[in-house]
Amino acid sequence: MTEQGTGVRGQGTGGRRARVAVVIFPGSNCDRDTLAGVEAVGGEAVPIWHERSDLAGCGAVILPGGFSYGDYLRAGAMAAHSKVMTAVRRHAEAGRPVLGICNGFQILLEVGLLPGAMLMNRTLRFICREVHLRVERNDVAMLSHYARGQVLGLPIAHKEGNWFAEPDVADWLESQGAVALRYCSADGEFDDDVNPNGALHAIAGLVNRDGNVLGLMPHPERRVDALLGGVDGRGLLRGLVEAA
Amino acid sequence: MQVEVRVQLKKEVLDPQGEAIRRVLAGLGFAEVTGVRVGKLILLEVEGGDPAAIRARIEEAGREILSNPVIEDFEVRLP
Repeated sequence: MTEQGTGVRGQGTGGRRARVAVVIFPGSNCDRDTLAGVEAVGGEAVPIWHERSDLAGCGAVILPGGFSYGDYLRAGAMAAHSKVMTAVRRHAEAGRPVLGICNGFQILLEVGLLPGAMLMNRTLRFICREVHLRVERNDVAMLSHYARGQVLGLPIAHKEGNWFAEPDVADWLESQGAVALRYCSADGEFDDDVNPNGALHAIAGLVNRDGNVLGLMPHPERRVDALLGGVDGRGLLRGLVEAA
Repeated sequence: MQVEVRVQLKKEVLDPQGEAIRRVLAGLGFAEVTGVRVGKLILLEVEGGDPAAIRARIEEAGREILSNPVIEDFEVRLP
């Protein structure tokens, strides 16, 4: 893949495709799937090495999953201080779309673009399995292809996904509509059994006040092709590309 | 000089790792151990002579990167 994109043309988009930066840190490992996912929904995926100080003119940016810096110190802590993050912060503060997936979500928490922090899963295990998620917000661009209350099937793969904030902070965020996605049963119901990692309020994804920064633990880029398990992730990536 | 930074989960944050260790200790007969909390010890080699200045700088590092204030407290110890 080159800085000019990954070659496969979006279908029926006509003019220029929206450029989406996918930041690569040492230890990122979902970057290729994420680049391919962006292309699959008609965007032009642009890999951006973490030492760059700009986003190559991209309209949206994704921090992909993986183990940036081997999860040393805390998941996402080292990547949060890399050079490219100054540009990502500027991009977010300008109201442009920023998506953090899994380790990317952890990085967004570490830089403070989203609130709270991740603790180790309450089971102490790395969990890699399909989960159900309820869409709590569809009035933000990235989630606009889903219905409110829709149940999505996406895989999770993490050990630090147990989202935490002081209980009154969590309640306040809830009242502000910061919860974008929540772990649920196949029927969209909540109880403690369907919360895989112990996250407060069963939070799987958060959105900032302006709706342009979204972080989630599940992996939408792994569900963009029916052949590979489902297409529930397409809507999110398409929403991001359209907002780029 | 060698400066220690001790990073601990805040008291109100559950530590499932510490709890798992406590259960294993109880199983091994260490019934008197009633609580376990796991933290990190970070040892820094630091140049400079003024302890107050060194402490202030390392506390800055503690806030900036070595700890996450949402879930952790830290303590700087000079020799």
